Formats: sequence, structure tokens, C-alpha cells
Amino acid sequence: MEEGKVLSNAAQESGAAYAVIHEKFGEAISAFDDNATMPFFEVLDTALWTDIALFMRDHPKLKFNYMACLSGVDYPEEGKLGLVANLESLGVFGHKLAVKVKCPREGGSIPSVAGVWHTANWHEREAYDMLGMLFEGHPDMRRILCPDDWEGWPLRKDYKVQESYHGIKVPY
Amino acid sequence: MGLLDAAVSRQNVLVTSVDSVLNWARLSSLWPMGFGLACCAIEMMATNASNYDLERFGIFPRSSPRQSDLMIVAGTVTMKMAERVVRLYEQMPEPRYVLSMGSCSNCGGPYWEHGYHVLKGVDRVIPVDVYVPGCPPRPEALIGGLMKIQELIRMEGLGVSRADALKKLAEAESDPQPLIEEARKQKTA
Repeated sequence: MEEGKVLSNAAQESGAAYAVIHEKFGEAISAFDDNATMPFFEVLDTALWTDIALFMRDHPKLKFNYMACLSGVDYPEEGKLGLVANLESLGVFGHKLAVKVKCPREGGSIPSVAGVWHTANWHEREAYDMLGMLFEGHPDMRRILCPDDWEGWPLRKDYKVQESYHGIKVPY
Repeated sequence: MGLLDAAVSRQNVLVTSVDSVLNWARLSSLWPMGFGLACCAIEMMATNASNYDLERFGIFPRSSPRQSDLMIVAGTVTMKMAERVVRLYEQMPEPRYVLSMGSCSNCGGPYWEHGYHVLKGVDRVIPVDVYVPGCPPRPEALIGGLMKIQELIRMEGLGVSRADALKKLAEAESDPQPLIEEARKQKTA
């Protein structure tokens, strides 16, 4: 019982943080998804993502000073790629909130937040490496895990591995 | 039969063939290249350490391919690493031996189907002499593989090609089952 109560408290804190962001950005962000595991909202106006990130980091009532994770996601049915950023206010308020941002699957780009949280630098490179969306304004937009001359985006749902790499057969 | 088992005459003279002396020297000081690629490397390090003590075989990892005659490919060979492995192999002086340790370097292991980044067997880029199965293989298995390399060296000689030696090794293979059963009988008797 005690645990359930703590969870709902956490959700309430996330909701309060969302309200502050919604007040400032209004229609640019979606409604608040109040689930127990990962409460989140989506950025509808992708171009505003960096502004929202800065606001979330610096607003005295928010202080999301810590990016726990940034993951890339493929949404083939929607024809979109996206990211999920897990943000926390570590040692200040303790609240957590996830943010989703999407862009078109082909030739899409998302504004970079590498200048807001340094953690995002390599995480955005990984999302680019695995899924192929570009991050506008990223200081070093290169592949991070695959070789530079690798073909394709391995974590896309329709990915087919290349036949050979530098003359070495790749498939089993 | 090892060289040291041969009888030594009263004048401390040992009569043997050049092949035997050369082979004995080479198989008693196998120097592997000191590098590991994944979890198999942990088992390899454990085998090098005091519990299994590879140095009793004269096996001690070297820090340079130029000083090594054995390459233990211990772990997952990624496509990115594959070219580096080839380059290291090419820097090793001949005669050189390759031991492929664990499922990943044998055939891609658990990454065989969906691991786009994994080389499906290190034998696609360099010739392998001995494969040690396991995920990862226990130190006993690695020692077994190393002893197989020693056996291979024993089969070699002047004018004997590696292919011939491997063939001789395959022919000399004995079924261990009777030995195991004999040992079991002795233990239970």
C-alpha cells in the first residue's frame, strides 16, 4: 500500500512539472500522459524542442538538471522516427518526466539538445547511428558505434543487413 | 612421447632428430598475443592466473604481435574489429597459430542471425587451427585447445606443410571414452 502511495506522489510531481511547461508552451506540447511507469508528454512543434529543454533545465520550479537517457525509436506505421528523453531533477526536486519528440522517417531532423545536457551528445549520435535521423545543431554528428562507412540504419524495423563489408561477408 | 621422456645416456648425450628438438622448443614456449574481445577474455585471463597457471606450459601473453606465435581469438569479433584482427595476424611472425575461443569467434554464436555487427566466425578472415567450443569455454577447455595446438606442433617437421600436419593430427586422434571409463572403473573399484 505504502508503495502505491509513493508512486502516485511521483506522478503528481511529474504532473505539476508538466503544468508549468504547458503554461509556457501551450499548444506546442501534447496532453500529459499520466502512466505509473514513465509519465511523459510529446513535443508537437519539433522546432521548439531545444527551447523547451532549456526551459525545463533552467526554470526555478523545474530544474531538470539530469538527462538519465535519450533513446531513438522507430514508428514505421506513422512514417516517423523519434526520441524519448528521460529527464530528472536530481538533488533539487527529485521529479521525473519523459519527453517524446518525433520527425519524418525519411530526411527528418530533430533539434539537438547536446548544448543543454552534455549527456545528449553521445546519445544523439547513437540515435543517429541506429535510426538515421539528424540532430540539427549537434557539434559532432557522426556515427558512434558502427563504422563510418556502414550502410543503413540497424535498428529500423525494415533494416536489411548489407551483403559484404570491405570484402568480408556479413550475413550468416 | 615428449623429448624429456627420452633416455639420456651416461655422458649426458641425447640423440634425437632436429624436428623433435625444434618442435619441443616451440610447443613449450607458446606465446599468445595478449588481447581479448569479450567475456571469453575473462576466462582466458582466469586461465592465465594462478589457479590454472598457463605458465606451467610456457604460455605467457605478449604485448606485441611481433613477439607472439599464437593468437587466441577470445570473444566476439565485430565487423569493426575484424580488419584489426587481420592486421594483427599479419604482423605475427611465421610459424603462427590461431585458436578460436568460444561460440562467437567460432561461428558468430548468439549473434548469428540478428547481430548485424558481428563477424560470423573469425575463420572468414584468418585461418584457424583449433576451435574451442563453449560460451564461454571453461579454463579446462581452453587448456585442452592449447594442448591440441601443442599436438599440432608435434606433428610438424621440416618439409611438412601445415595442411599435412593438421591431417596427421586428425588421423592421430584417439577416442578418449575408453580412458574415461577405465579411470571411472579404477575409482569405483
